[in-house]
Amino acid sequence: MEQTMKDETRTIAVTVNGTKRQAEVEPRELLVYFLRDHLGLTGTHVGCDTSQCGACTILLDGRSVKSCTILAVQADGAEITTVEGLAREGALHPVQEGFGEKHGLQCGYCTPGMIMSAVYLLKSNPRPSEEEIRRALEGNLCRCTGYVNIIEAVKWAAAASKK
Amino acid sequence: MFPANFGYVAPRSLQEALELLDKHGEDAKLLAGGHSLIPAMKLRLARPGCLIDLGRLPGLGGARIEGDSLAIGALTVHADVASSELVRRRLPGLAEAASLIGDVQVRNRGTIGGSVAHADPAADFPVILTALNASFVLVSPSGSRAVSAEDFFVDFYTTALAANEVLTEIRVPLPSPGAGTSYAKLPHPASGYVVVSAGALVIRQPSGLCASVRVAIGGLGSVPFRARATEAALQGQQLAPEIIAAAAAKAAEGADPDDDVYAGADYKRHMATVYARKAIEAAASNKR
Repeated sequence: MEQTMKDETRTIAVTVNGTKRQAEVEPRELLVYFLRDHLGLTGTHVGCDTSQCGACTILLDGRSVKSCTILAVQADGAEITTVEGLAREGALHPVQEGFGEKHGLQCGYCTPGMIMSAVYLLKSNPRPSEEEIRRALEGNLCRCTGYVNIIEAVKWAAAASKK
Repeated sequence: MFPANFGYVAPRSLQEALELLDKHGEDAKLLAGGHSLIPAMKLRLARPGCLIDLGRLPGLGGARIEGDSLAIGALTVHADVASSELVRRRLPGLAEAASLIGDVQVRNRGTIGGSVAHADPAADFPVILTALNASFVLVSPSGSRAVSAEDFFVDFYTTALAANEVLTEIRVPLPSPGAGTSYAKLPHPASGYVVVSAGALVIRQPSGLCASVRVAIGGLGSVPFRARATEAALQGQQLAPEIIAAAAAKAAEGADPDDDVYAGADYKRHMATVYARKAIEAAASNKR
């Protein structure tokens, strides 16, 4: 059991989008800044920084979480998926495609978080009702208020994935 | 926005956690899911010198039957309380409360033990767990004790947890056949926190009369408020809508809520009667 003192750093190892990454972090480093600043994965956005807006949503060991409210040290050993890890061999994930097809974004700030929440929903519920989509996105805010098209984008992705 | 500097250690056993807590004393804070503590640390409302991360302790997640109680590990996340077959079947009011906390991502990370130990007056679990007469298992180097929800919640963010204790388990007595549980909530539209909420446990006699009832209300004070006037008015009565409504109308009797920027005290008292009625009606009709 390794103890890290104040002002010391600690080595953590995580698997991000299938690649093992290792880094020295301060205990107070938040996971979202670790992803952005240490790993250069700036697709995960910092919005409110107070666990409200969901712009920083990622999958941590397969579950959607707000990475602004998790310490990087807590994620040591975990598997992480960010929006950069969704495309396969150059082909966008159906949810990403859906946001394009249905104009599910305006300024784009909330988009990575919305996409990650939608991906998480469709993993466990591939044919969600509109009500289920709305509930699944309750932890993601769009300040452009583009919700209608975001919901259409998720519906599109569900229909596309089924094929 | 970062928390102030702190030291960090992730014990691998409860024994190690207790030793660390003993060593660091008041300078240490226990970290579970971090969904109350990390925001508080960012705002400098909490500034521990050392975090003891319980996240890697084995055996503190999941729900199981233990004698005549449901035992829920303190590290069980809200989403797992909400989706547990066992909880949904035996204590649907508890599953409902868990499903109404925060949002999907928060429920994937926040833990029942963390919520209880944080004792936010606008949290959901303290209310339903008071209604269900739950107790909390607190372990210290000298042994363990079980404290009832009503004795555990002392004041705003203040519990009976001693500085050298770890909350390991939540124990909820399994209601007898013919009992129902429910939780109803008026959430703040932006934050999702409780403005007013009500938890109810209703035990019916085969005749349909109310054998016993417990009602707890959130949002009326620093800790969950037992609506004793409502309970007394229902005891031994037929569980008919008009009788439930008349009893629920007494839900805020004896409570002294504060005005706040979102809701005035009178409004909260009125909402207490509305949500008490919803919770009791649902518990009375959802016989299990």
